[in-house]
Amino acid sequence: MSGEEHIRVVDLTMAYGDFVIQRDLNFTIERGDVFIIMGGSGCGKSTLLKHLIGLKSPRKGEIWFDGIDFWKAPPQEREALKRRFGVLFQSGALWSSMTLQENVALPLGEYTDLSEREVNEIASLKLALVGLAGFEQFYPAEISGGMRKRASLARAIALDPEVLFFDEPSAGLDPISSRRLDELILEIRDSLGATIVVVTHELASIFTIGNNSVFLDNESRTIIAQGDPKMLRDNAENIKVRAFLNRGEP
Amino acid sequence: MKPNNRENQLNASHPKEQPPWKLALSLLGDTTLQVELSGNWRMRDRLPPADEVRRRLEKPAQINRVIFKSERISAWDSGLINFLRNVTRLCNDRNIEVDDSGLPEGARRLLKLAFAVPEQATGRHVEPPSVLRYVGQVALDLIRGAPAMIRFVGEVTLSVGRLLRGKAQYRRSDLALTIQETGPQALPIVSLISFLVGLILAYMGAVQLAQFGAQIYIADLVGIGMAREIGALMTGIILAGRTGAAFAAQLGTMQVNEEIDAYRTLGISPVDFLVLPRMLALILMAPLLTLYASLVGMVAGMLVAVLAFNVDLNEYYQQTLSALTMQHFLVGLSKGAVYGILIAVAGCLRGMQCGRSASAVGEATTSAVVTAIVFIVVSASLMTVMYQKLGI
Ligand SMILES: Nc1ncnc2c1ncn2[C@@H]1O[C@H](COP(=O)(O)OP(=O)(O)OP(=O)(O)O)[C@@H](O)[C@H]1O
Ligand SMILES: [Mg+2]
Repeated sequence: MSGEEHIRVVDLTMAYGDFVIQRDLNFTIERGDVFIIMGGSGCGKSTLLKHLIGLKSPRKGEIWFDGIDFWKAPPQEREALKRRFGVLFQSGALWSSMTLQENVALPLGEYTDLSEREVNEIASLKLALVGLAGFEQFYPAEISGGMRKRASLARAIALDPEVLFFDEPSAGLDPISSRRLDELILEIRDSLGATIVVVTHELASIFTIGNNSVFLDNESRTIIAQGDPKMLRDNAENIKVRAFLNRGEP
Repeated sequence: MKPNNRENQLNASHPKEQPPWKLALSLLGDTTLQVELSGNWRMRDRLPPADEVRRRLEKPAQINRVIFKSERISAWDSGLINFLRNVTRLCNDRNIEVDDSGLPEGARRLLKLAFAVPEQATGRHVEPPSVLRYVGQVALDLIRGAPAMIRFVGEVTLSVGRLLRGKAQYRRSDLALTIQETGPQALPIVSLISFLVGLILAYMGAVQLAQFGAQIYIADLVGIGMAREIGALMTGIILAGRTGAAFAAQLGTMQVNEEIDAYRTLGISPVDFLVLPRMLALILMAPLLTLYASLVGMVAGMLVAVLAFNVDLNEYYQQTLSALTMQHFLVGLSKGAVYGILIAVAGCLRGMQCGRSASAVGEATTSAVVTAIVFIVVSASLMTVMYQKLGI
């Protein structure tokens, strides 16, 4: 988007034990991109995300952030890098024993030296940004699925992250809520200037928000297409990719 | 752990250091307040609260418009948005117009987003903690909890009725599995505890009895004590911690995953399907474990008497036989069965009442064990007194 490299993945091979999920992945994400990771169910999208956020180490290959080789960096530097990420997990992963306010306030309390008043104000600001003003004292079990998604977004943006990772943000949401979430994602990108990486198979989202993408294949176990999803829809050479992006009609 | 904090503490130790932000308020004309921001406005910069702006607005001035000037801001993040949101709220409360055109583009958009969805009146606020309130809450919870407990006992009774008429829906394989888990798998811990308790009982008695040369009566003490009381009590406590807790955790997790709702929608009574097999398993297994615990305890007593107090093995055996009657064992077995029912009720009740979160499962488990132990101890006292009065 900006032409400035933010995240670069070099020859990445991912595996669980002997089970190789994907091999030889190469791609670059630029600052300000909304980068889409797509592919059929079970092809390894969530696994790729876990590698990008430093939860799982690569079998082979490198992941670079801002010119730092993540897995070669010393542990403190890795922790410091991780604090510049915000993550929205596939299942939301809000802490069920805390109110929404406490969920958002926790990273602020741990990693900034804001006063308690400021922590509370900023937590409530983040909840207001995702349209949850007034729900500060609710527990995750007491709100709807879509509200939970938004609350986890509020927690993900608590520390004003530079990179936001989303695993299937709109799964389980109605079309209108899912469009609102897309708008929110773009708004946050534009106003906070964050880079955004999204795993999704919602075609509508892919085309509205994405400006770059990779397509993972479960058979050949590697990337079979990359680029702007709108271009891929019309011009991809691979039939599978065109079929995916045109709802099965190649 | 918190490198940020360390860094900032270092900063804080230089009191003379100028803050990286600057805030200047000035009146333009009679009615417009200009808020000029410059420097760094980031969360880590120890930003000012909006109090200064509030004081300015409260002055008997007729300010009806607030504008911003921000060309000289060099860096900002949510810290700035938070400040602006507080200022905007102050103005909204006083019907003062806010003109955000002087703010950075991104900040304007975020501010708009923050006010896009009006605050919902959910009626929920943090209440300051107070002892009185807490006591009241506990009392109310107890009062509200009582009908639930009675209803649960009623449901279980109905379910047992269905079982007797052969109409209860449950899976035999579940029953077998639960029996396996509650009975045979508890044998090692029951053996250990009852052996040690038998040992202690025999020792405590023997030291006193030996003063009169009456060591042989250890047999009566240990035999009757284990058969009537201690075997059942120890088994009850072990089962409460082991099985009652497991029941509460299993049912609680099923409640969290909406599995219990899934049974209800299929028209299957969760009480029949989940509670009944667990209850049956405990009613069957608790008396058997009680019997086993009593016997292990008696063996331990015998070892103490024979090895440490020079009682003849055969004599001890005969003395035990003459001291014990079938009645003693029946009393113990009946207590074991009652404890089994109480543990199953406590575990299943707390599990079914579990809230919908991970921490609720923990609370349900704790409360199941506490409830079961209270039930056991209270019923043990009642039964002991009752049997005494009846001369059994
Ligand atoms: N912890 C694990 N241990 C072993 N294999 C795993 C593990 N997690 C995932 N896998 C395997 O890795 C593959 C990719 O899983 P992943 O969750 O990344 O898929 P996905 O692309 O996110 O699918 P979906 O779109 O359904 O979420 C699957 O074949 C899965 O069986
Ligand atoms: Mg996934």
